[in-house]
Amino acid sequence: MKKIIPFALVGATLVLAGCMSTSISSADADKLTAEITANSFQSKGIAKVERLQQDEANRLCSAANVAGKPLAADVAAAIEAAQLKTIQWPTDGKFLGDHAKGEKIAQSGKGLTWKDKADRVNGGNCYNCHQISKEEVSYGTLGPSLYNYGKLRGVTDPNSPAAKAVVEYTWGKLWNARAYNACSNMPRVGHNGILTEAQIKDVMALLLDPQSPVNQ
Amino acid sequence: MKRKLALVAVLASSVMGLAHANDVEAGIAQYREMLQDGNPAELFEMSGEELWTTPRGPKNATMEKCDLGKGPGVVAAAFVELPRYFADTGRVQDLESRIVTCMVSLQGFDEAKILKTGYAKGEQANVRDMATYVAGASRELKINVPQDHQKEREMYEVGKRLFFMRSGPHDFACATCHAEDNKRIRLQGLPNLTGNPGDGIGFAAWPAYRVGNGQMWPMQKRLNDCYRQQRFPEPKFASDATIALGVYMGVNAKDAKSIAPAIKR
Repeated sequence: MKKIIPFALVGATLVLAGCMSTSISSADADKLTAEITANSFQSKGIAKVERLQQDEANRLCSAANVAGKPLAADVAAAIEAAQLKTIQWPTDGKFLGDHAKGEKIAQSGKGLTWKDKADRVNGGNCYNCHQISKEEVSYGTLGPSLYNYGKLRGVTDPNSPAAKAVVEYTWGKLWNARAYNACSNMPRVGHNGILTEAQIKDVMALLLDPQSPVNQ
Repeated sequence: MKRKLALVAVLASSVMGLAHANDVEAGIAQYREMLQDGNPAELFEMSGEELWTTPRGPKNATMEKCDLGKGPGVVAAAFVELPRYFADTGRVQDLESRIVTCMVSLQGFDEAKILKTGYAKGEQANVRDMATYVAGASRELKINVPQDHQKEREMYEVGKRLFFMRSGPHDFACATCHAEDNKRIRLQGLPNLTGNPGDGIGFAAWPAYRVGNGQMWPMQKRLNDCYRQQRFPEPKFASDATIALGVYMGVNAKDAKSIAPAIKR
């Protein structure tokens, strides 16, 4: 009996501590967050408050992060299927542009902040998160290394039937990364209009052209 | 034999890759160490102390009776327990919003006017300097942001939701860059703010002097610029969203030693 009492006390303390830390329900916290968000931001330059409106994919992925649990497999699959439908394939059927231009786009992190003009040419932000060419040592590590991207995938001729699957996947990934991974951290570069179709072609060449420094 | 050679080549190149990465890391560490010699933040700190003790504003009063949470007039160790709930305003407040409250109640300044003033201009420059001074009075102390009051716990939950809120053209949340250990943007290390990232890192480093642009940034400005890069609309100065994020980061960073005002690249 003497031994049981301390355990009971510990249990009661844990329950109390639990109550104290969850003093607001998750639904109420969501509601309060929405109110506070609505009152806390203001439009500035091109960055309007409408940017706070989350689409379904962002809403679900954010909620999963708050809960600390990955999305249910069927929810993730539904997001991926919906995002896949948004991908626009190159209008002239050509997937690759100029790798040298692609390097410049990958280097640039400019565009779409409240300091930027609406007509500014956006960068791709690629080096912020990825290693790409060997020459650039100032690269981020949030995304995987893309050095030798095409070479590692056996792309010797991007126009060949053998390369078709890799080329199309890469285009789709750039256009809307979340078609392949529901909550990928990678921006939906084509879908959200960060880069133009022509710019995406140049980034494609940077990754897949056998002549690109990335594949040396 | 060929296979063996290939394996050796792969191993050699990966070792070289590692050495290269280590060189880069070592270079960054050395650069940061050099930055520590002589921190211009001290000039802002001195200016803040003078502002604190000089009679100013329509009421020609000093800030010396300001209650930063540890009672009127207590500056020492107040910073590491902010943001916290204040009964007189009925709000959870961070360092800068609380300084504004005292400027209004003690000195008679116009709150709306200060809130509208741009960063580092007019009285906002004085808020910045006083924030730097108050933070400096908690040097080497451990972050201990309270969760005793219901509103403090609510703000933690709100801050957590804001931290993970993905939106805007890039789908970025705070968490995109600050939810994993040992990640970088370009060469800039990113603190994982979902827990205690370590002494003097993340929440425990701001206000900080930024060498890159020669500016002293308190937390409000730090968050403002994060949101700019996140491609969000602008968070209003001292808004509840910014304070909720402060609570979230501060509570997560419990026991991290504050080095504020720090020096940054």
